[in-house]
Amino acid sequence: MNAREEILNRLRTALGPAPTAPRVPREYRVDDALDGPARIDLLVDRLVDYKAEVTRCRPDEVAASVATALAGVTRLVAPAETPESWLSAYPGKVVTDGPQPLSVAELDGAGAVLTGCAVAIAETGTIVLDGGPAQGRRALTLVPDHHVCVVTSDQVAGGVPAGLRRLTPTRPLTFISGPSATSDIELNRVEGVHGPRRLHVIVVEPG
Amino acid sequence: MRIALFLTCVNDLLYPDTGKAVVRLLERLGHEVDFPESQTCCGQMHANSGYRAEAVPLVRGFVDTFDRYDAVVAPSGSCVAMVRESYPRLVPAAAGVATRTYELSELLVDVLGVTDVGAVFPHRVTYHPTCHGLRMLRLGDKPLRLLRAVEGLDLVPLPGAEECCGFGGTFAMKNADVSTAMLADKCTAICDTGAEVIAAADNSCLAHIGGGLSRRGAPVRVMHYAEILGGES
Amino acid sequence: MTLPHGTGHLAGSRPFPAAAHVELGKPQLRANLHKATHTIRNKRARVVEELPDWEQLRLAGSAIKANVMARLPELLVEFEAAATAAGAVVHWARDAAEACEVVTRLVRETGTDEVVKVKSMATQEIELNQALERAGISATETDLAELIVQLADDEPSHILVPAIHYNRSQIRDIFTERMGDAPAGLTDEPRVLAEAARLHLRRKFLSSKVAISGANFAIAETGTLVVLESEGNGRMCLTLPETLISVVGVEKLLPSFSDLEVFLQLLPRSSTGERMNPYTSTWTGVTAGDGPQNVHIVLVDNGRSATLADEVGRQALHCIRCSACLNVCPVYERVGGHAYQSVYPGPIGAILSPQMTGIEANKTLPFASTLCGACYDVCPVRINIPEVLVHLRQAAVDSRRDKPSAERTAMKAMAWVMGDRRRYARALRAARRGTVPLERVLRRRTVRHLPWPMSAWTASRDAPLPAPESFRDWWRRTR
Repeated sequence: MNAREEILNRLRTALGPAPTAPRVPREYRVDDALDGPARIDLLVDRLVDYKAEVTRCRPDEVAASVATALAGVTRLVAPAETPESWLSAYPGKVVTDGPQPLSVAELDGAGAVLTGCAVAIAETGTIVLDGGPAQGRRALTLVPDHHVCVVTSDQVAGGVPAGLRRLTPTRPLTFISGPSATSDIELNRVEGVHGPRRLHVIVVEPG
Repeated sequence: MRIALFLTCVNDLLYPDTGKAVVRLLERLGHEVDFPESQTCCGQMHANSGYRAEAVPLVRGFVDTFDRYDAVVAPSGSCVAMVRESYPRLVPAAAGVATRTYELSELLVDVLGVTDVGAVFPHRVTYHPTCHGLRMLRLGDKPLRLLRAVEGLDLVPLPGAEECCGFGGTFAMKNADVSTAMLADKCTAICDTGAEVIAAADNSCLAHIGGGLSRRGAPVRVMHYAEILGGES
Repeated sequence: MTLPHGTGHLAGSRPFPAAAHVELGKPQLRANLHKATHTIRNKRARVVEELPDWEQLRLAGSAIKANVMARLPELLVEFEAAATAAGAVVHWARDAAEACEVVTRLVRETGTDEVVKVKSMATQEIELNQALERAGISATETDLAELIVQLADDEPSHILVPAIHYNRSQIRDIFTERMGDAPAGLTDEPRVLAEAARLHLRRKFLSSKVAISGANFAIAETGTLVVLESEGNGRMCLTLPETLISVVGVEKLLPSFSDLEVFLQLLPRSSTGERMNPYTSTWTGVTAGDGPQNVHIVLVDNGRSATLADEVGRQALHCIRCSACLNVCPVYERVGGHAYQSVYPGPIGAILSPQMTGIEANKTLPFASTLCGACYDVCPVRINIPEVLVHLRQAAVDSRRDKPSAERTAMKAMAWVMGDRRRYARALRAARRGTVPLERVLRRRTVRHLPWPMSAWTASRDAPLPAPESFRDWWRRTR
């Protein structure tokens, strides 16, 4: 018998002839209790609490906010479909990933990366990237040491269940909650290990 | 209300004063207390140590002794937890009496609706909530409410109160070194409060704590809280 | 059909009390553990308190896991089909040795002799690093705590924070002596130490061809794997190499992606005491142009089916490896993880290891608890650890029924005495009479030294002597 058949047989033997699967009570919160502005306030509060930098702006201020967030960055990585309106005030060099993918060395040599996101979760201060528009492949937001992420108000969900329900499970997903961190030394949280040590979130509120 | 006292074997042999205090307290509150003499031990030590077969006759004996009472009270969170949590699984016929068996503070606060029992105890006291009372019976602040209502009693908080003292029945013997390390921290926390008395709802835990305090020569007395509530006035 | 037990790093040679005795003799260890466990305990309590529906989440988490266990064979088949359709290659391993063989072969096929690793309990359990080393493949642990333990040539002592037994200055010394490229004048500031690890591993991350991971969850419906982490080392390993091999215990399944809405709330708050860990990655087979293009998944039994066979004990398989039970355990806090001699220490280890190995190999672990219940209170999936401990104690005693034992004789004698009111009353009086002379000599009601077996008590505590009159004698006399 091969390993697959043997393991499946063992598990069936262990369970006996009629295992009962209990019903799952789902009485936890699923819907967003907060309205739009309160959700954004909560997101900002939670991002700041976990040491992300945050800029709040109106739709017509995105370019200026991006440029300010990238002050001092001379070489910026951006995914192929980054809106021109986000980049129009940035004076440095923009290196686009695609159609020819950037090498890891090129990513490592960039000062920052600019992306959008798929969803943000207010209650946990999380942004989720799914490789969709203005996000690019996963390495882009990993290798550069500084990640600037534009979140629009319509992308903000209140809690984890509401956030997950907006996502496509089979896309490669990256949930980001603050800059990289470790609690491995005396269980105290320290920001900045292998992932980007700076996370700057630009939250675009309705005009 | 006619109440049966389930004293527990440890109290019968080593701490009869706790039983006398419970009787005095309930009679002072106007209740009739019975002590059915066929009672022995709840069987917890056997059941928790891997001797279920030896525990079952003791469970049956408990049911035979106490099933005819409206309420059974025991001055031990641990033994009551055994009766309420484990008995129905060991002997299904115990399910009824299990729900009518109360730890002293449950009987007083929940069943009899009393918090001020009219006791006087002009001393500084700290309270250790023993694990089975805290996490199995969920006694919460019931013993504390009873103690706060005692005239003259100065109740001081015990830092790290919710942490186990290290007794754990046969654990105290089988893992004596770990038990002792836990006890040392508990004794230090008790001494640091400056209390004259450490009270709890279980004399078995108190035997362990008291044994540690006595060994280090600490001037802290251990007392079952029933003896404070039912003290001779 | 008998269900074989697990092999690998699940048991040691010493009884728990003996191993604990050694660890208790290390004051620095005790101080480090006290500080770390109390820090994380408080952090956890704060973020759990923030959620008004924590208990509802626990109930859902517990039921989802119970549901998974009941449907495990069909869910595994579903997972395999979905992952395969998405471009992953699924392998099965009956035990630790077979899992190591599969992984070693897969690494060899890539032609490399260097791999990077994301922290994974399953690979610790099967002792993969040792197997790779024997095959001439060097594995670098990239999680900071795992790296510390690997550099120190030590063993992990905690599920989440394997180096919890070291404080910052000990970590500084390990880096300085063993890291090779440690910066000169390294301080013990955690930020500086983290930076040293970043520099040390960065070249490896950017050039590695093969990574090995575990998984926190495997989604049956979609064939998706999920890894939660903090540092970004996980993302590095899951994203940059060409080949990714994930070793996953069969119990890690969840029926559907939507079940993550429960576990992504339960796990981070219970483990690091954060609302959400910095990074969570999910991947489903191969994504063209993004991440590893060769994706392997090794599903491991290694004693899990034997554990599943026990109706009371199978709840141990619900564990999501958060470590909350370790962090609140008064026993773990005093002795640390090494005393348990398994990759799974603490309360969960005390019920998981003996079931995976069979009780004979781990018969003292179920007794390594006061049954205080703190573990059950914090468990995000409501594993009733005290209940399983008591159940396994019974199994430990039953396994030795045919051998003579002083303990069993004493327990039986006591039950016999307690079984009858007259015998019991006579025993109370006898106990009293037997100790009267002692009390006369001592002139007090406590005693400092008793013979074996009570010497285990009086080594550190005075013992009470029976009262002058038992309660029942008083009752008879006065009523």
